[in-house]
Amino acid sequence: MSVGDNAATAVERAVTDAHRREWAFVLAATARVAGDLDLAEECVQDAYLAALDAWARDGIPRKPGAWLTTTAKRKALDVLRREQVFRAKMPLLVEPDEVAMDEPDDDAIPDDRLRLIFTCCHPALARQAQVALTLRLVCGVGTGDIAKAFLVSEPTMAARVTRAKKKISAARIPYRVPDAGELPERLDAVLTVIHLLYTTGHTAASGADLVRADVVGHALNLTRMLMALMPDEPEVRGLLALLLLTDARRATRTDARGRLLRLEDQDRSAWDRAAIEEGRDLVADAFRTGRVGRYALQAAIAALHATADSYAATDWRRILRLYDDLLKVWPSPVVALNRAVAVSMVHGPQAALDEIEALRQDGRLNGYHYLPAVHADLLRRLDRPEEAAVAYRAALSLADNEAEREFLAARLAEVLDPAS
Amino acid sequence: MAQYGIFVYQPAPADPMNLPAEYEKALETYPAQVAETGAEPVTGFAFQPSTTATSVRGDEISDGTFHPAKEVLAGFFVIEAPDLDVAVKVAKLNPATRHGGGVEIRPLFTPPEE
Repeated sequence: MSVGDNAATAVERAVTDAHRREWAFVLAATARVAGDLDLAEECVQDAYLAALDAWARDGIPRKPGAWLTTTAKRKALDVLRREQVFRAKMPLLVEPDEVAMDEPDDDAIPDDRLRLIFTCCHPALARQAQVALTLRLVCGVGTGDIAKAFLVSEPTMAARVTRAKKKISAARIPYRVPDAGELPERLDAVLTVIHLLYTTGHTAASGADLVRADVVGHALNLTRMLMALMPDEPEVRGLLALLLLTDARRATRTDARGRLLRLEDQDRSAWDRAAIEEGRDLVADAFRTGRVGRYALQAAIAALHATADSYAATDWRRILRLYDDLLKVWPSPVVALNRAVAVSMVHGPQAALDEIEALRQDGRLNGYHYLPAVHADLLRRLDRPEEAAVAYRAALSLADNEAEREFLAARLAEVLDPAS
Repeated sequence: MAQYGIFVYQPAPADPMNLPAEYEKALETYPAQVAETGAEPVTGFAFQPSTTATSVRGDEISDGTFHPAKEVLAGFFVIEAPDLDVAVKVAKLNPATRHGGGVEIRPLFTPPEE
């Protein structure tokens, strides 16, 4: 290999690295000048391409992100001048005089990443569109990969992204961080999107493939980025803690053959101690603020599970108290269902059955396999195998994840023939 | 600034002469609340009840609203607002949102400049 080849590889590596680390920063800054996310994206892509040649020729700049931002902004302004639609494209722009093009000091480039995230997760966009836009624009993931992660065709995903971008521009969804009054609600939407990204990658509908593992990584990176940008928001800390504590158990969720393992059957010695430590510290930080929301509470529950010596030795009383608090801030039937499991561990399966009965009457979880699955487990523990079998069959008819189906089928076989 | 159509939906038949007293009262303070958001009203209209509507689809003429629904269009107005967030604020303040109805926001179309 010649010296030239080595240099070329180094440049490629630097560009790839800048794509991973700086994409959101570069795009967010360029969007401010372009006044249009489509144009901004195009210019940023061009800037990354231009970097391959320019950095090979002139060397890798000291601040690749600043180089890319200046290049992309310049391209955007060129296009706008050429098209002479500067006026018509203004809506997304913050203020024209805020656009300093020839910034002498690279550090002066403002960090617009928060604007970008809040725009992608604007409540006027459908949740699916928020998720796709966040991956596309904030994480720089290609439409093909996003389509794969969400199990839709690439043209479908491309149309979804295009429609969302058009709405942002036509309806003038503003490019800004919401003011204090709106912030809690708007931040919750951002956290919901990131959490949804994580669960999409975490609970793969069929097998665990690479694209989905990437999505988990993006969700974690996004949360870390958000925490750096909004260090005083306890719920951001709560979400990062929840993701870390959940992810710490990822390797033990299934056995060597890919079969789903219950929490009580998982090998606790294989859990990621470092992630659990970090998650636990973050939960403590969030609770110290006295302003805990649903993510910090869920993380606190996950932390108690992650640090218990065994399923039986888990502090179920504290978990139940946390579920009581969680149900207050987030009155969702799914929370009530998880709370019922904690009730069964503190007050016994009979007490939990009453909670399940209430949820069955409520009806909102009727299509959710986990309700009959929990019901079946309680009946099994109460030694009512016939009724348990009925409930396991109901759960099987609703579950579509292969690993979960296999797990339920095994439990069904057990209650039908306890000797096996 | 951009212009938005704000479409107000109420439970059928959305009779403007038969609004709940609270709704009437809220309408009196609504213009002042809208002004506070930074939006400016451009124009607005209220409709007679939906029982007076006539629909035409192809050659067919029929009695009633175009889309049979529990909530019907009661009126609309146009505002000028800096962005969608302000238009949403205006919409949220509309009493229809608290009386079994709601509001749809649509940006007005302006032909692209040549």
